[in-house]
Amino acid sequence: MADTNFDVLIIGAGPGGYVTAIRAAQLGFKTAIIEREHLGGICLNWGCIPTKALLRSAEIYHYMKHAENYGLSAKDITFDASKIVARSRGISGRLNMGVNGLLKKNKVQIIWGEAKVTKPGEVVVADTKKTIVQPQNPIPKGTSGVGTYTAKHIIIATGARPRVLPGLEPDGKLVWTYFEAMVPPQMPKSLLVVGSGAIGIEFASFYNAMGVDVTVVEIMDQVMPVEDTEISKIVQKQLEKYGIKFRLSTKVAKLDRKADSVTATLEAAGKTETITVDRVITAAGVVANVENLGLEALGVKMEKGCIVNDGYGRTNITGIYAIGDVAGPPMLAHKAEHEGVICIEKIRGLDAHPMKKDQIPGCTYCHPQVASVGLTEAKAKAAGYELKIGRFPFLANGKAIALGEDQGLIKTIFNAKTGCLIGAHMVGAEVTELIQGFVIAMGLETTEDELMHTVFPHPTLSEMMHESVLDAYGRVIHM
Amino acid sequence: MAIEVILPKVDMDMSTGRISKWLVADGAEVKKGDPLFEIETDKAAMEVESPGTGKLGQISAKEGDEVPIGQVIAWIFAAGESPTGAVQSKLAMPILDAPAKAAPVAAVETSTSNPSSEIRATPLARRMAKENGVEISSVKGSGPHGRVLSADVEAFSVKPAPVVSKAAAPTAIAPPAENGAVLVPHDNMRKVIARRLTESKSTVPHFYISADCRLDALLKLRADLNKAAPVKDGAPSYKLSINDMVIKAWALALRDVPAANVSWTDAAMLHHAHADIGVAVSIEGGLITPIIRKAETKSLSAISAEMKDLALRAKTRKLKSEEYNGGSSAISNLGMFGVRDFAAIINPPHATILAVGSGDQRPIAENGAIVPATVMTVTLSTDHRAVDGALGAEVLAAFKRYIENPIAMLV
Repeated sequence: MADTNFDVLIIGAGPGGYVTAIRAAQLGFKTAIIEREHLGGICLNWGCIPTKALLRSAEIYHYMKHAENYGLSAKDITFDASKIVARSRGISGRLNMGVNGLLKKNKVQIIWGEAKVTKPGEVVVADTKKTIVQPQNPIPKGTSGVGTYTAKHIIIATGARPRVLPGLEPDGKLVWTYFEAMVPPQMPKSLLVVGSGAIGIEFASFYNAMGVDVTVVEIMDQVMPVEDTEISKIVQKQLEKYGIKFRLSTKVAKLDRKADSVTATLEAAGKTETITVDRVITAAGVVANVENLGLEALGVKMEKGCIVNDGYGRTNITGIYAIGDVAGPPMLAHKAEHEGVICIEKIRGLDAHPMKKDQIPGCTYCHPQVASVGLTEAKAKAAGYELKIGRFPFLANGKAIALGEDQGLIKTIFNAKTGCLIGAHMVGAEVTELIQGFVIAMGLETTEDELMHTVFPHPTLSEMMHESVLDAYGRVIHM
Repeated sequence: MAIEVILPKVDMDMSTGRISKWLVADGAEVKKGDPLFEIETDKAAMEVESPGTGKLGQISAKEGDEVPIGQVIAWIFAAGESPTGAVQSKLAMPILDAPAKAAPVAAVETSTSNPSSEIRATPLARRMAKENGVEISSVKGSGPHGRVLSADVEAFSVKPAPVVSKAAAPTAIAPPAENGAVLVPHDNMRKVIARRLTESKSTVPHFYISADCRLDALLKLRADLNKAAPVKDGAPSYKLSINDMVIKAWALALRDVPAANVSWTDAAMLHHAHADIGVAVSIEGGLITPIIRKAETKSLSAISAEMKDLALRAKTRKLKSEEYNGGSSAISNLGMFGVRDFAAIINPPHATILAVGSGDQRPIAENGAIVPATVMTVTLSTDHRAVDGALGAEVLAAFKRYIENPIAMLV
């Protein structure tokens, strides 16, 4: 008879849930995790990881096409979409297996099915009713199944799903979400991407690189609206160079679905235009998965469609916790993981501290990449800070030039009164790997002084981080 | 790998805990889960279990010590392991009630040592503490392992300053005694004043000399100078106080008698190049002594303007540490409270402090007749190791000359 009583029950095995489960096990809790679809969640199966695999293929394809820039020659460069997708799925599968291994190693019991919290301390697991997205990795062996489970602590980590806009309902064939966009049967000739956030821009970048005619519609007046305006402008300019078309301050009024194409009516400043494309990707954000969990009956407090927690994952109902996307923005895997760890450490009585949400970095893997942390210039100004702003362009960095990636910018924003770094914004090659330096600096409340006195290795792209800081204080060297 | 034994947080509000008893001796073998020591908070006492198995060693907090939570107080070493450099340096973290190391302090601190480098604090917190004149070690950190964050310094700095003077102090630490008395905990400034003045009075051989100075000429000159002040934007560009003129006179006296403008150090006598005059400013809950640098080189109007600015910022606790640290001598003026004369305690590293009383009309004998005159009594305290009696008398006489012939201050 399998165990049904645990210290901690976690609902959802995405990055938030499985990381929390492992940490719970490390802390000595008897832990189980409930999953209905795929270990690793969207991130690992339909999000972060498989898109990075696709984008890597696109990047290498791009370099091959520009081989002569590096003194190389490559002829008859072609690709096989099915193999690119197969590689992406393979990587996802490998990591999915890895999560299974990690949970087993930490003796976390996996329960397969759909969970409902019937009362504090009790979860009933039933067979999965949701239509499972295909293709799917095999269900792990040795899981528990349908039944009633009890635990003192129940952590909800059910994540989020694509937001559906009226009139833009995905149909799986012509109008895609990230699920279909991840596994194209073949490349469409033309594509309309609705939304220029991280998901939209990454798919736009991928399909454009693969030779698809891509148009991006954004309702705001800026590409990647959460990013610093200056950075967004550079991204837009670069992507336009590659042939992506942007329609800003524009909304999709209507989709007319034909047999194998879609005619979209776009509306901007009272004017309309129509555009006919093979496929549409809707990437208008995500919404939290709060339904069918029994939360309403229990009176769990929600706001704007997300569960409210107290910074330690605790909801208003004792014994019920929520972490990750379901507990509100920013809906990012790394936020979910960290929030889960804080939650379980607090339960254990460790000296946990609520996450500083203004210090969560964001990364987008288009080409050029975008990475940022903290306040944008506009937000910092609106908050009333007196600012010192530094900028350093890729054009003036030796490593960037050697890489053949001389387009980009690193921008740093300091509180002029205190010297505290309050924002860092980057666009250019590999910036997603650079941003962490500034994240650490902000976390430690570093001032310009320590950053200026830090030795950055030469020759690296990271030297631009140093120069940007120096520039904020009028001391830039290579400009 | 050696395992840290840290002081755990066993109570929501605790920031420190007192080790009431070690249950295991240094060097003893312990198993994970064995009770290691007992801690006491203001609410509870409890046993703390060993986080690992091995040999207990490097105990750095003894029974009775008060230790911040998260601090490493011992290590558990595996067989054959010995303390590493990292372990050693962690052991060097301060124990709260070891005064030699903990060095609380703010206001009048002039020490050049920097014990704050041993405190866990962010760079921004350190910078803000320095700018606000807050000693970082007295701020309770809310970050991981008690790390002091900028927000902690901010909260500390805007605290309704010292609780001392207001009777309705909310933070009494003990229940009222039967006669209604309350205990008000010391704030940082009070601790500094207590420590530094106790140290001064018990280690510096104080020696006092007094003199009466006629003020009539000075009062007249002051009135004339103030009347002559050019008007800018509808207001006179300066308004000199008696104290401004006392500062200048004392600075010039120290310039004229450089042997008195010194500081005692064990190895040698430090002769100051300039008269950097600290002026005691009473602020809520205590006092602070901002410094007029190179006062002997400054005009009366410059001294007046600088003093106004320093006093204002002193009262709002906005002085930077370099504005009140150091100096070569000091002035304490209680004249405005009607004090006739008093003796002040030297504020090391100064070797002298001039205590200034009120300027009163007193009958004095002049040319065989009793006449009324405005007279101010000043008392100079000197550090006898540095300034002997005759030297003290000489510099005080020089001061009196400037006060009584104030026109000499203008050249």
